[in-house]
Amino acid sequence: MALSIKEVLNKLFFRIFRKKKNIRLGLYGPPNGGKTTLANKICKDWLGEEMGVASNVPHETREIQIKEEIRLESNGKELSFNLVDTPGIATKIDYEDFLKFGLKEREAKKRAKEATKGVIDAIKWLDDMDAVIVVLDSTIDPYSQVNITIIGNLQARDIPVLLVGNKVDLKKSNLKKLEAAFPQYKVVGISAKYGNNMKRFYDELFNLVD
Amino acid sequence: MLTLQFIPHTEIEGMDTDRKIRKLLAIAKENKIVLLEGRLKKEEEGELIRKTMEEIDAKFKGIELSVIYPELRHAAILQKLKSKFINMLLGDRTGLTIIGPATIIKEIKKDPDKIQLLTKEISKSRKKRS
Repeated sequence: MALSIKEVLNKLFFRIFRKKKNIRLGLYGPPNGGKTTLANKICKDWLGEEMGVASNVPHETREIQIKEEIRLESNGKELSFNLVDTPGIATKIDYEDFLKFGLKEREAKKRAKEATKGVIDAIKWLDDMDAVIVVLDSTIDPYSQVNITIIGNLQARDIPVLLVGNKVDLKKSNLKKLEAAFPQYKVVGISAKYGNNMKRFYDELFNLVD
Repeated sequence: MLTLQFIPHTEIEGMDTDRKIRKLLAIAKENKIVLLEGRLKKEEEGELIRKTMEEIDAKFKGIELSVIYPELRHAAILQKLKSKFINMLLGDRTGLTIIGPATIIKEIKKDPDKIQLLTKEISKSRKKRS
């Protein structure tokens, strides 16, 4: 597929930019898409240690987490970046939703307050990203306004994007729908939890920033 | 009872981002559903989410947001150019932006041709809060 002028310029910009400093690679997406699970998988693969705590309770990551100097090697090429795991972006946060996961009221209210701050920080950090991996749960309808807004904002800032359809190990996973929703981006289906298709993910990561 | 408030594009076109968002959020906080003619800029949508988070408290839980926009992907080039030209001249007034308070709107489902607002049982949520 031929590259557009914009893509060529982005790649050129990266080649010059990468020599100056480590790339800041952000993980963005709605809550529970698997951003931290993917961050942990990347860190485990290349640093031998995990990055943060992942759970099925929404808004587990409520602060920006950074892992510096991750070095990837593939086919004789090397890529170095700082990985930034961001809190899930949402348009609403209700502490009552956390009660369903067994949290006590006080705990749930604290979590909700921290989660709102986390969303604000995630949006503020958009301007500081050099490239972004948008992590979406491939079992969920991708046409949500949060997904569209995140991707639209990255597009408006000319930030290179790789779309990850996570949870392909689940029956309901539908990558075709994800590809149809965002045809302008490359979509890689993975299971961050079980490490499925990570080789292709790393190859696409090289393509994104190389 | 649900109250829908229509905001024509002309009402916000002269406003800066901050004022625009404050106006839209103020309506949503009055438990009304905003029907905005056209759409916000992409950065303004991001800013709307950020400001919404700042406003969340015991009463206001956030918003449900949806933008209905005509699909031009398969339109003829002339049609796309015409649409871009009109948007450039008059602002992006194509489509419709729906903003509803999360305490009332559970979910906004979009189909290309129809919108479904799934509402919460207001009486139940009020009872819970009191």
